[in-house]
Amino acid sequence: MSSVPDVVITGLGATTPLGGDVASTWRAALAGESGARTLPNDWAETYGIAVSFAAQLKVPSVDVLPRPETKRMDPSAQYAIIAAREAWAHAGSPEVDPERLGAVVSSGIGGIWTTLDAWDTMREKGARRVLPMTVPMLMPNSPAAYVELEFGARAGAHALVSACASGAEAIGYACEMIRTGRADVVVAGGTEAAIHPMPLAAFAASRTLSTRNDDPAGASRPYDVQRDGFVLGEGAGIVVLESAAHAEARGATVLARLVGVGLSSDGYHITSPEPSGRGQISAMRSALVDAGLSTADIVHVNAHATSTVVGDLIEARGVREVLGADADRVVLSATKSMTGHLLGGAGALETIFTVLALMDRNAPPTINVSEPDPELVLDLVRDTPRALPDGQIAAINNSFGFGGHNVALVVASA
Amino acid sequence: MAYTEQEILAGLVEIVSEETGLPADSVLPEKSFTDDLDIDSLSMMTIVTLAEEKFDVRIPDDEVKNLATVGDAVSFIVGAQG
Repeated sequence: MSSVPDVVITGLGATTPLGGDVASTWRAALAGESGARTLPNDWAETYGIAVSFAAQLKVPSVDVLPRPETKRMDPSAQYAIIAAREAWAHAGSPEVDPERLGAVVSSGIGGIWTTLDAWDTMREKGARRVLPMTVPMLMPNSPAAYVELEFGARAGAHALVSACASGAEAIGYACEMIRTGRADVVVAGGTEAAIHPMPLAAFAASRTLSTRNDDPAGASRPYDVQRDGFVLGEGAGIVVLESAAHAEARGATVLARLVGVGLSSDGYHITSPEPSGRGQISAMRSALVDAGLSTADIVHVNAHATSTVVGDLIEARGVREVLGADADRVVLSATKSMTGHLLGGAGALETIFTVLALMDRNAPPTINVSEPDPELVLDLVRDTPRALPDGQIAAINNSFGFGGHNVALVVASA
Repeated sequence: MAYTEQEILAGLVEIVSEETGLPADSVLPEKSFTDDLDIDSLSMMTIVTLAEEKFDVRIPDDEVKNLATVGDAVSFIVGAQG
Protein backbone atom coordinates (compact mmCIF):
# COMPACT_ATOMS: atom_id res chain seq x y z
CA MET A 1 0.00 0.00 0.00
CA SER A 2 1.36 3.39 -0.90
CA SER A 3 0.22 6.73 0.40
CA VAL A 4 0.09 9.99 -1.52
CA PRO A 5 3.25 12.00 -0.87
CA ASP A 6 2.94 15.35 0.86
CA VAL A 7 4.32 18.22 -1.21
CA VAL A 8 6.50 20.96 0.25
CA ILE A 9 8.06 24.12 -1.13
CA THR A 10 11.82 24.36 -0.64
CA GLY A 11 12.93 27.10 -3.03
CA LEU A 12 11.70 30.44 -4.38
CA GLY A 13 12.93 32.51 -7.31
CA ALA A 14 11.62 35.56 -9.11
CA THR A 15 12.41 38.49 -11.31
CA THR A 16 9.67 41.10 -11.26
CA PRO A 17 8.80 44.77 -11.76
CA LEU A 18 9.60 45.22 -8.05
CA GLY A 19 13.02 43.56 -7.99
CA GLY A 20 15.50 41.25 -9.65
CA ASP A 21 15.06 38.53 -7.03
CA VAL A 22 12.67 37.31 -4.36
CA ALA A 23 14.18 39.27 -1.46
CA SER A 24 14.10 42.65 -3.20
CA THR A 25 10.65 41.96 -4.65
CA TRP A 26 9.25 41.06 -1.22
CA ARG A 27 10.88 44.08 0.42
CA ALA A 28 9.33 46.38 -2.17
CA ALA A 29 5.96 44.67 -1.83
CA LEU A 30 5.91 45.06 1.95
CA ALA A 31 6.89 48.71 1.47
CA GLY A 32 3.95 49.19 -0.89
CA GLU A 33 5.98 50.20 -3.94
CA SER A 34 4.62 50.22 -7.47
CA GLY A 35 6.49 48.66 -10.39
CA ALA A 36 4.49 50.57 -12.99
CA ARG A 37 6.20 53.31 -14.94
CA THR A 38 5.79 55.29 -18.13
CA LEU A 39 7.42 53.24 -20.89
CA PRO A 40 10.87 54.55 -21.82
CA ASN A 41 10.04 54.64 -25.51
CA ASP A 42 7.51 56.36 -27.71
CA TRP A 43 5.26 53.41 -28.59
CA ALA A 44 2.10 55.16 -27.45
CA GLU A 45 2.87 58.12 -29.69
CA THR A 46 4.33 56.18 -32.62
CA TYR A 47 1.50 53.70 -32.88
CA GLY A 48 -1.31 55.62 -31.23
CA ILE A 49 -1.68 53.16 -28.33
CA ALA A 50 -4.10 54.31 -25.64
CA VAL A 51 -1.75 53.14 -22.87
CA SER A 52 1.74 54.57 -22.37
CA PHE A 53 2.90 52.67 -19.26
CA ALA A 54 3.53 49.19 -17.95
CA ALA A 55 5.32 47.33 -15.17
CA GLN A 56 8.62 46.29 -16.72
CA LEU A 57 11.29 44.23 -14.98
CA LYS A 58 13.19 46.20 -12.36
CA VAL A 59 16.43 44.50 -13.45
CA PRO A 60 16.52 43.81 -17.22
CA SER A 61 17.36 40.20 -18.03
CA VAL A 62 20.10 41.29 -20.44
CA ASP A 63 21.92 42.79 -17.44
CA VAL A 64 21.87 39.42 -15.68
CA LEU A 65 22.40 36.73 -18.31
CA PRO A 66 25.44 36.27 -20.54
CA ARG A 67 24.93 37.43 -24.10
CA PRO A 68 24.80 33.99 -25.76
CA GLU A 69 21.88 33.07 -23.50
CA THR A 70 19.94 36.21 -24.29
CA LYS A 71 20.40 35.47 -27.99
CA ARG A 72 19.10 31.90 -27.64
CA MET A 73 16.14 32.56 -25.41
CA ASP A 74 13.05 34.62 -25.87
CA PRO A 75 12.72 37.11 -22.99
CA SER A 76 10.00 34.88 -21.51
CA ALA A 77 12.53 32.05 -21.18
CA GLN A 78 15.22 34.44 -19.95
CA TYR A 79 13.03 35.55 -17.06
CA ALA A 80 12.14 31.94 -16.25
CA ILE A 81 15.76 30.82 -16.18
CA ILE A 82 16.78 33.72 -13.93
CA ALA A 83 14.00 32.82 -11.48
CA ALA A 84 14.68 29.08 -11.76
CA ARG A 85 18.38 29.48 -10.94
CA GLU A 86 17.51 31.52 -7.88
CA ALA A 87 14.87 29.01 -6.75
CA TRP A 88 17.24 26.08 -7.27
CA ALA A 89 20.03 27.75 -5.30
CA HIS A 90 17.53 28.71 -2.61
CA ALA A 91 16.52 25.05 -2.33
CA GLY A 92 20.18 24.22 -1.73
CA SER A 93 20.90 22.96 -5.26
CA PRO A 94 19.46 19.57 -4.36
CA GLU A 95 21.06 16.32 -5.43
CA VAL A 96 18.23 14.66 -7.33
CA ASP A 97 18.04 11.56 -9.48
CA PRO A 98 17.42 13.16 -12.92
CA GLU A 99 14.72 10.56 -13.60
CA ARG A 100 12.87 11.91 -10.56
CA LEU A 101 13.21 15.61 -11.45
CA GLY A 102 10.57 17.51 -13.44
CA ALA A 103 10.07 21.00 -14.88
CA VAL A 104 6.70 22.69 -15.34
CA VAL A 105 6.93 26.26 -16.56
CA SER A 106 4.12 28.11 -18.26
CA SER A 107 3.63 31.32 -20.15
CA GLY A 108 0.30 32.82 -21.04
CA ILE A 109 1.38 34.39 -24.32
CA GLY A 110 4.54 32.55 -25.38
CA GLY A 111 7.57 33.88 -27.23
CA ILE A 112 5.87 36.86 -28.75
CA TRP A 113 8.97 39.07 -29.02
CA THR A 114 10.69 36.35 -31.03
CA THR A 115 7.63 35.76 -33.19
CA LEU A 116 7.15 39.40 -34.06
CA ASP A 117 10.86 40.18 -34.45
CA ALA A 118 11.23 37.28 -36.88
CA TRP A 119 8.27 38.46 -38.91
CA ASP A 120 9.69 41.99 -39.00
CA THR A 121 13.04 40.60 -40.16
CA MET A 122 11.39 38.50 -42.83
CA ARG A 123 9.35 41.36 -44.21
CA GLU A 124 12.34 43.69 -44.21
CA LYS A 125 15.06 41.33 -45.37
CA GLY A 126 13.48 38.17 -46.72
CA ALA A 127 13.06 34.60 -45.54
CA ARG A 128 16.77 33.78 -45.63
CA ARG A 129 17.44 36.18 -42.77
CA VAL A 130 15.06 34.40 -40.37
CA LEU A 131 17.29 32.86 -37.72
CA PRO A 132 17.36 29.08 -37.13
CA MET A 133 16.64 29.52 -33.41
CA THR A 134 13.32 31.23 -34.14
CA VAL A 135 11.06 28.23 -33.54
CA PRO A 136 12.78 26.93 -30.39
CA MET A 137 12.60 30.47 -29.02
CA LEU A 138 8.99 31.25 -29.86
CA MET A 139 7.40 27.93 -28.90
CA PRO A 140 5.33 28.29 -25.73
CA ASN A 141 7.11 25.35 -24.08
CA SER A 142 10.48 27.05 -24.52
CA PRO A 143 10.74 28.32 -20.91
CA ALA A 144 9.85 24.84 -19.62
CA ALA A 145 12.40 23.29 -21.95
CA TYR A 146 15.20 25.64 -20.92
CA VAL A 147 14.49 24.96 -17.24
CA GLU A 148 14.44 21.23 -18.00
CA LEU A 149 17.83 21.56 -19.75
CA GLU A 150 19.29 23.72 -17.00
CA PHE A 151 18.84 20.99 -14.40
CA GLY A 152 18.84 17.91 -16.63
CA ALA A 153 15.29 17.00 -15.63
CA ARG A 154 14.05 13.71 -17.09
CA ALA A 155 10.77 13.03 -15.28
CA GLY A 156 8.93 15.31 -17.70
CA ALA A 157 8.85 18.93 -18.83
CA HIS A 158 5.47 20.56 -19.30
CA ALA A 159 3.99 23.91 -20.19
CA LEU A 160 0.35 24.25 -19.27
CA VAL A 161 -1.25 27.22 -20.96
CA SER A 162 -4.27 28.88 -19.38
CA ALA A 163 -3.70 32.61 -19.90
CA CYS A 164 -3.40 34.42 -16.57
CA ALA A 165 -3.92 31.20 -14.58
CA SER A 166 -0.92 29.52 -16.27
CA GLY A 167 1.64 30.05 -13.52
CA ALA A 168 -0.66 28.67 -10.84
CA GLU A 169 -1.76 25.79 -13.03
CA ALA A 170 1.90 24.89 -13.60
CA ILE A 171 2.46 24.70 -9.85
CA GLY A 172 -0.72 22.65 -9.46
CA TYR A 173 0.39 20.22 -12.14
CA ALA A 174 3.84 19.94 -10.61
CA CYS A 175 2.19 19.08 -7.30
CA GLU A 176 0.28 16.29 -9.04
CA MET A 177 3.50 14.96 -10.58
CA ILE A 178 4.87 14.47 -7.08
CA ARG A 179 1.63 13.14 -5.62
CA THR A 180 1.23 10.57 -8.38
CA GLY A 181 4.79 9.39 -7.94
CA ARG A 182 6.20 10.64 -11.24
CA ALA A 183 8.78 12.89 -9.60
CA ASP A 184 10.37 13.74 -6.26
CA VAL A 185 11.34 17.30 -7.15
CA VAL A 186 9.74 19.64 -9.69
CA VAL A 187 10.86 23.13 -10.67
CA ALA A 188 7.63 24.94 -11.44
CA GLY A 189 6.19 28.33 -12.15
CA GLY A 190 5.26 30.86 -14.76
CA THR A 191 6.77 33.60 -16.86
CA GLU A 192 5.74 36.34 -19.22
CA ALA A 193 7.44 38.87 -21.45
CA ALA A 194 4.72 40.52 -23.48
CA ILE A 195 5.40 44.22 -23.01
CA HIS A 196 5.67 44.81 -26.72
CA PRO A 197 3.60 47.41 -28.59
CA MET A 198 1.35 44.83 -30.29
CA PRO A 199 0.04 43.03 -27.19
CA LEU A 200 -0.15 46.39 -25.42
CA ALA A 201 -2.36 47.63 -28.25
CA ALA A 202 -4.35 44.39 -28.28
CA PHE A 203 -5.04 44.43 -24.53
CA ALA A 204 -5.92 48.12 -24.85
CA ALA A 205 -8.27 47.22 -27.70
CA SER A 206 -10.07 44.76 -25.43
CA ARG A 207 -10.53 47.64 -22.94
CA THR A 208 -9.03 45.61 -20.12
CA LEU A 209 -6.06 47.91 -19.41
CA SER A 210 -6.03 50.95 -17.19
CA THR A 211 -5.56 54.15 -19.21
CA ARG A 212 -4.35 56.21 -16.27
CA ASN A 213 -1.37 57.45 -18.28
CA ASP A 214 -0.75 60.47 -16.06
CA ASP A 215 -0.30 58.28 -12.97
CA PRO A 216 1.21 54.85 -13.77
CA ALA A 217 2.03 54.05 -10.14
CA GLY A 218 -1.59 54.72 -9.19
CA ALA A 219 -3.13 52.85 -12.09
CA SER A 220 -3.43 49.35 -10.65
CA ARG A 221 -5.98 49.81 -7.86
CA PRO A 222 -7.88 46.58 -7.18
CA TYR A 223 -11.11 47.13 -5.24
CA ASP A 224 -10.82 50.91 -5.41
CA VAL A 225 -13.94 52.62 -6.73
CA GLN A 226 -11.85 54.36 -9.40
CA ARG A 227 -10.26 51.17 -10.80
CA ASP A 228 -10.31 51.07 -14.58
CA GLY A 229 -8.38 48.00 -15.67
CA PHE A 230 -5.12 46.15 -15.14
CA VAL A 231 -1.53 47.22 -15.72
CA LEU A 232 0.48 45.04 -18.07
CA GLY A 233 3.43 43.56 -16.21
CA GLU A 234 6.19 41.07 -16.94
CA GLY A 235 8.48 38.72 -15.09
CA ALA A 236 8.67 35.23 -13.68
CA GLY A 237 8.15 33.31 -10.49
CA ILE A 238 9.51 29.81 -9.95
CA VAL A 239 9.27 27.48 -6.97
CA VAL A 240 10.96 24.21 -6.13
CA LEU A 241 8.37 21.64 -5.09
CA GLU A 242 9.48 18.48 -3.42
CA SER A 243 7.98 15.46 -1.77
CA ALA A 244 8.12 15.91 1.99
CA ALA A 245 10.06 12.67 2.30
CA HIS A 246 12.70 13.77 -0.22
CA ALA A 247 13.08 17.14 1.48
CA GLU A 248 13.40 15.54 4.87
CA ALA A 249 15.92 12.97 3.68
CA ARG A 250 18.27 15.66 2.42
CA GLY A 251 17.68 17.94 5.39
CA ALA A 252 16.14 20.72 3.31
CA THR A 253 14.45 23.70 4.90
CA VAL A 254 10.72 23.51 4.25
CA LEU A 255 9.38 27.01 3.51
CA ALA A 256 5.73 26.03 3.30
CA ARG A 257 3.53 23.13 2.25
CA LEU A 258 1.44 23.03 -0.92
CA VAL A 259 -1.60 21.22 0.39
CA GLY A 260 -4.45 21.91 -2.00
CA VAL A 261 -5.00 22.33 -5.72
CA GLY A 262 -8.41 23.25 -7.10
CA LEU A 263 -9.19 23.60 -10.80
CA SER A 264 -12.32 24.45 -12.72
CA SER A 265 -13.51 26.16 -15.85
CA ASP A 266 -16.41 28.55 -16.26
CA GLY A 267 -17.94 27.14 -19.44
CA TYR A 268 -19.26 30.64 -20.01
CA HIS A 269 -17.29 33.21 -22.06
CA ILE A 270 -13.90 33.62 -23.72
CA THR A 271 -12.91 36.67 -21.65
CA SER A 272 -15.62 37.57 -19.11
CA PRO A 273 -15.68 35.75 -15.79
CA GLU A 274 -18.97 34.00 -15.10
CA PRO A 275 -20.97 36.58 -13.11
CA SER A 276 -22.07 34.36 -10.22
CA GLY A 277 -18.47 33.25 -9.69
CA ARG A 278 -19.52 29.59 -9.60
CA GLY A 279 -16.37 28.41 -11.37
CA GLN A 280 -14.07 30.35 -9.08
CA ILE A 281 -16.01 29.16 -6.05
CA SER A 282 -15.76 25.59 -7.26
CA ALA A 283 -11.96 25.89 -7.65
CA MET A 284 -11.56 27.31 -4.14
CA ARG A 285 -13.81 24.64 -2.60
CA SER A 286 -12.01 21.85 -4.45
CA ALA A 287 -8.67 23.17 -3.23
CA LEU A 288 -9.88 23.21 0.38
CA VAL A 289 -11.25 19.67 0.09
CA ASP A 290 -8.00 18.57 -1.55
CA ALA A 291 -6.09 20.16 1.31
CA GLY A 292 -8.26 18.46 3.92
CA LEU A 293 -8.68 21.84 5.58
CA SER A 294 -11.73 23.71 6.74
CA THR A 295 -12.45 27.37 6.15
CA ALA A 296 -11.43 28.00 9.76
CA ASP A 297 -7.83 27.18 8.82
CA ILE A 298 -7.57 29.96 6.22
CA VAL A 299 -6.20 33.29 7.42
CA HIS A 300 -5.18 34.98 4.18
CA VAL A 301 -6.13 35.14 0.51
CA ASN A 302 -3.88 36.43 -2.24
CA ALA A 303 -6.53 37.54 -4.69
CA HIS A 304 -6.31 37.32 -8.44
CA ALA A 305 -7.83 40.85 -8.42
CA THR A 306 -6.44 42.53 -11.51
CA SER A 307 -8.13 45.91 -10.96
CA THR A 308 -10.93 45.42 -13.47
CA VAL A 309 -14.36 46.78 -12.65
CA VAL A 310 -16.23 43.49 -12.98
CA GLY A 311 -13.64 40.81 -12.13
CA ASP A 312 -12.51 42.06 -8.74
CA LEU A 313 -15.97 41.91 -7.19
CA ILE A 314 -16.91 38.52 -8.63
CA GLU A 315 -13.84 37.09 -6.92
CA ALA A 316 -14.46 38.89 -3.62
CA ARG A 317 -18.04 37.67 -3.49
CA GLY A 318 -16.82 34.16 -4.25
CA VAL A 319 -14.26 34.26 -1.46
CA ARG A 320 -17.00 35.40 0.91
CA GLU A 321 -19.29 32.61 -0.21
CA VAL A 322 -16.61 29.92 0.14
CA LEU A 323 -15.35 31.04 3.54
CA GLY A 324 -18.73 32.00 5.01
CA ALA A 325 -18.47 33.49 8.50
CA ASP A 326 -14.76 32.62 8.54
CA ALA A 327 -14.26 35.29 5.87
CA ASP A 328 -14.46 37.88 8.63
CA ARG A 329 -11.09 36.77 10.00
CA VAL A 330 -9.38 36.48 6.63
CA VAL A 331 -7.20 39.24 5.25
CA LEU A 332 -7.19 39.78 1.51
CA SER A 333 -4.20 41.11 -0.46
CA ALA A 334 -4.21 42.19 -4.09
CA THR A 335 -0.53 42.35 -4.95
CA LYS A 336 -1.12 43.21 -8.60
CA SER A 337 -1.66 46.73 -7.26
CA MET A 338 2.15 46.81 -6.98
CA THR A 339 3.47 44.34 -9.54
CA GLY A 340 1.01 44.92 -12.35
CA HIS A 341 -0.34 41.81 -14.02
CA LEU A 342 2.35 39.32 -14.97
CA LEU A 343 -0.18 37.26 -16.97
CA GLY A 344 1.37 33.76 -17.14
CA GLY A 345 3.83 34.73 -14.42
CA ALA A 346 1.18 36.10 -12.05
CA GLY A 347 -0.05 32.90 -10.43
CA ALA A 348 3.49 31.77 -9.68
CA LEU A 349 4.66 35.11 -8.29
CA GLU A 350 1.54 35.30 -6.14
CA THR A 351 2.16 31.77 -4.86
CA ILE A 352 5.58 33.03 -3.78
CA PHE A 353 3.97 36.03 -2.07
CA THR A 354 1.58 33.63 -0.33
CA VAL A 355 4.47 31.47 0.90
CA LEU A 356 6.34 34.54 2.14
CA ALA A 357 3.25 35.91 3.88
CA LEU A 358 2.92 32.63 5.82
CA MET A 359 6.65 32.52 6.58
CA ASP A 360 6.87 36.15 7.73
CA ARG A 361 3.38 36.16 9.26
CA ASN A 362 2.82 39.31 7.29
CA ALA A 363 0.25 39.83 4.54
CA PRO A 364 1.41 42.27 1.85
CA PRO A 365 -0.51 45.48 1.26
CA THR A 366 -2.85 46.49 -1.53
CA ILE A 367 -1.88 49.96 -2.66
CA ASN A 368 -3.86 52.73 -4.36
CA VAL A 369 -7.12 51.97 -2.63
CA SER A 370 -8.27 55.49 -1.81
CA GLU A 371 -11.91 54.54 -1.53
CA PRO A 372 -12.76 50.83 -1.31
CA ASP A 373 -15.62 49.62 -3.44
CA PRO A 374 -18.65 49.60 -1.12
CA GLU A 375 -19.56 46.17 -2.47
CA LEU A 376 -16.31 44.68 -1.17
CA VAL A 377 -17.27 42.59 1.84
CA LEU A 378 -13.83 41.40 2.87
CA ASP A 379 -11.02 42.76 5.03
CA LEU A 380 -8.61 44.20 2.47
CA VAL A 381 -5.01 44.82 3.56
CA ARG A 382 -4.43 48.42 2.54
CA ASP A 383 -1.23 50.48 2.39
CA THR A 384 0.76 48.64 5.07
CA PRO A 385 1.28 44.93 5.73
CA ARG A 386 -0.92 43.12 8.22
CA ALA A 387 0.32 40.64 10.81
CA LEU A 388 -0.92 37.07 10.45
CA PRO A 389 -1.52 34.83 13.49
CA ASP A 390 0.99 32.42 15.00
CA GLY A 391 0.61 28.66 14.84
CA GLN A 392 -0.46 26.49 11.92
CA ILE A 393 -2.00 28.74 9.30
CA ALA A 394 -2.99 28.44 5.65
CA ALA A 395 -3.81 30.72 2.74
CA ILE A 396 -5.47 30.57 -0.66
CA ASN A 397 -3.92 31.93 -3.83
CA ASN A 398 -6.43 32.51 -6.63
CA SER A 399 -5.59 32.75 -10.32
CA PHE A 400 -8.05 33.10 -13.16
CA GLY A 401 -7.50 33.40 -16.89
CA PHE A 402 -9.12 34.40 -20.17
CA GLY A 403 -10.94 31.29 -21.34
CA GLY A 404 -12.58 30.79 -17.96
CA HIS A 405 -9.69 28.95 -16.30
CA ASN A 406 -9.83 28.95 -12.52
CA VAL A 407 -7.02 27.76 -10.26
CA ALA A 408 -6.94 27.95 -6.49
CA LEU A 409 -3.91 26.78 -4.53
CA VAL A 410 -3.90 26.25 -0.78
CA VAL A 411 -0.57 26.83 0.90
CA ALA A 412 0.02 25.96 4.56
CA SER A 413 2.74 27.08 6.92
CA ALA A 414 5.66 24.70 7.40
CA MET B 1 32.49 46.81 -52.20
CA ALA B 2 34.37 43.71 -51.25
CA TYR B 3 35.60 43.07 -47.74
CA THR B 4 39.24 42.21 -47.18
CA GLU B 5 40.16 38.83 -45.74
CA GLN B 6 41.14 40.55 -42.49
CA GLU B 7 37.76 42.26 -42.26
CA ILE B 8 35.95 39.01 -42.92
CA LEU B 9 37.96 37.18 -40.27
CA ALA B 10 37.32 39.93 -37.73
CA GLY B 11 33.59 40.02 -38.55
CA LEU B 12 33.23 36.25 -38.41
CA VAL B 13 35.10 36.05 -35.12
CA GLU B 14 32.67 38.59 -33.71
CA ILE B 15 29.65 36.58 -34.88
CA VAL B 16 31.05 33.30 -33.51
CA SER B 17 32.04 34.90 -30.24
CA GLU B 18 28.58 36.42 -29.79
CA GLU B 19 26.88 33.15 -30.62
CA THR B 20 29.02 30.94 -28.40
CA GLY B 21 30.13 33.25 -25.66
CA LEU B 22 33.74 32.25 -26.33
CA PRO B 23 36.30 35.05 -26.02
CA ALA B 24 37.16 36.51 -29.42
CA ASP B 25 40.86 35.70 -29.02
CA SER B 26 40.03 31.99 -28.81
CA VAL B 27 38.23 31.97 -32.17
CA LEU B 28 41.27 31.43 -34.39
CA PRO B 29 41.32 30.56 -38.11
CA GLU B 30 42.53 26.99 -37.50
CA LYS B 31 39.75 26.21 -34.99
CA SER B 32 37.19 23.60 -35.98
CA PHE B 33 33.60 24.73 -35.52
CA THR B 34 32.50 21.37 -34.16
CA ASP B 35 35.57 19.89 -32.47
CA ASP B 36 37.18 23.00 -30.99
CA LEU B 37 34.35 25.46 -30.64
CA ASP B 38 31.60 22.95 -29.80
CA ILE B 39 29.17 24.53 -32.24
CA ASP B 40 26.06 22.44 -33.02
CA SER B 41 24.25 22.46 -36.34
CA LEU B 42 21.65 24.98 -35.22
CA SER B 43 24.34 27.37 -34.03
CA MET B 44 26.28 26.81 -37.26
CA MET B 45 23.22 27.76 -39.30
CA THR B 46 22.77 30.84 -37.12
CA ILE B 47 26.38 31.84 -37.83
CA VAL B 48 25.82 31.23 -41.56
CA THR B 49 22.66 33.33 -41.57
CA LEU B 50 24.36 36.21 -39.77
CA ALA B 51 27.48 35.97 -41.95
CA GLU B 52 25.41 36.04 -45.13
CA GLU B 53 23.82 39.27 -44.02
CA LYS B 54 26.99 40.85 -42.72
CA PHE B 55 29.08 40.15 -45.84
CA ASP B 56 26.25 40.18 -48.36
CA VAL B 57 27.06 36.71 -49.69
CA ARG B 58 25.19 33.48 -50.22
CA ILE B 59 26.49 30.38 -48.42
CA PRO B 60 24.55 27.42 -49.89
CA ASP B 61 23.47 24.70 -47.44
CA ASP B 62 25.51 22.13 -49.42
CA GLU B 63 28.59 24.22 -48.82
CA VAL B 64 28.23 24.51 -45.06
CA LYS B 65 29.41 20.95 -44.38
CA ASN B 66 32.69 21.79 -46.13
CA LEU B 67 33.37 24.69 -43.78
CA ALA B 68 35.21 22.75 -41.08
CA THR B 69 37.25 25.59 -39.63
CA VAL B 70 36.89 29.32 -39.13
CA GLY B 71 39.56 29.74 -41.83
CA ASP B 72 37.52 27.62 -44.29
CA ALA B 73 34.55 29.92 -43.78
CA VAL B 74 36.69 33.02 -44.27
CA SER B 75 38.11 31.61 -47.54
CA PHE B 76 34.67 30.70 -48.81
CA ILE B 77 33.27 34.15 -48.05
CA VAL B 78 36.27 35.84 -49.70
CA GLY B 79 35.63 33.80 -52.85
CA ALA B 80 31.87 34.22 -52.75
CA GLN B 81 31.95 38.00 -52.75
CA GLY B 82 30.61 39.49 -55.95
